[in-house]
Amino acid sequence: MVSEGKTRGKGSGVSGLKTNADIFAAFFRIGILGFGGGPSSIPLFHREAVKKYKWMTDDEFGDTLALGNTMPGPIATKMAGYIGYRVNGITGSLVALLASVVPTVLLMILLLGMLQQFKDLEWVNNMSAAVVPVVGVMLAVMTWDFLKKSGESLGWKRAVVLTIVFAILLEVLHIHPAVLIIGILVIVLLPFKKRGGTT
Amino acid sequence: MIYWSIFLAFFIPGILGYGGGPASIPLVEKEVVDRYGWMSTQEFGEVLALGNALPGPIATKMAGYIGYMEGGVLGSIVALFASIAPSLLLMLILMATLMKYKNSMQVKNITKLIRPVIAVLLGAMTLQFFLTSTETSGSIQTIVLIAVSYWLLEIRKLHPAFVIILALCYGAFTTFI
Repeated sequence: MVSEGKTRGKGSGVSGLKTNADIFAAFFRIGILGFGGGPSSIPLFHREAVKKYKWMTDDEFGDTLALGNTMPGPIATKMAGYIGYRVNGITGSLVALLASVVPTVLLMILLLGMLQQFKDLEWVNNMSAAVVPVVGVMLAVMTWDFLKKSGESLGWKRAVVLTIVFAILLEVLHIHPAVLIIGILVIVLLPFKKRGGTT
Repeated sequence: MIYWSIFLAFFIPGILGYGGGPASIPLVEKEVVDRYGWMSTQEFGEVLALGNALPGPIATKMAGYIGYMEGGVLGSIVALFASIAPSLLLMLILMATLMKYKNSMQVKNITKLIRPVIAVLLGAMTLQFFLTSTETSGSIQTIVLIAVSYWLLEIRKLHPAFVIILALCYGAFTTFI
């Protein structure tokens, strides 16, 4: 089983089916066991792709993760889509995405649908009102996480100054975040292109 | 057309959210609550709360559910496609080129510089949730709920799913006293 998992590239026939079943099982487990969103399920990706199925080495996994982090968008689907693609082409990529996304989306629709049905009852209303401050606390913790990581990577002085500047731009001058993020991309990548042109 | 709006609402957060799914939450809120008015802050809070209580990537749970609410099964598929496909395709296509620049300072700087932006957006959302709660549940109840849930989540390290279930039970309980 393990040696079969080592064969990369396009699987065909029975072994292709087996490969897809393995991919499905791996990413289904990651999706259904990972609480706290994509970033907190990274260790689960590592366990399945490197330790269990040996689809990639430790270094390759590290490279994929580093690369995924330099790109925008959810990390879990970038990892699933890429690892699935490496193991079994486009089919593998689709199987990995379906396995990691669909089960939890269905759960969401089912549970929230039930909540919506009883929305007019007072006690259901009170239930959702009581959850709002809890979500606030979770967001506050996430805010602090992002601030802490900024402080560690940029140095605290620069991080605090940048945060204040960005806060003024976003919340006082009401600049759309898309404009600000694109602005940062342009400022960061402009000198990069110039240097590329001279070589 | 609704499907085009759904596509845009999730395409923009997907392509601008550096730092994984959680980084795109405030961007999704901006689109879904502020721009398209599909739901109120409190409703968005419910979706986020349940999303946090359930396993799996948060960005796709939000996209799949909100897409379903606005456009049925097809809406759900459009929202999922918009949040997954662009960044994944970029990664698959640019893999070879990106490998070369993986360690380049400029590329690393992007994530570093966008982090404080996300922090500001998340901070603003935090405030908004606390204010909404003060309006609906009153300031005393809000402060108690904040303090207790912070203690349970961060000091007792209780699983978010349990904390949310406790809050739901508390809310239902207050109706009858």
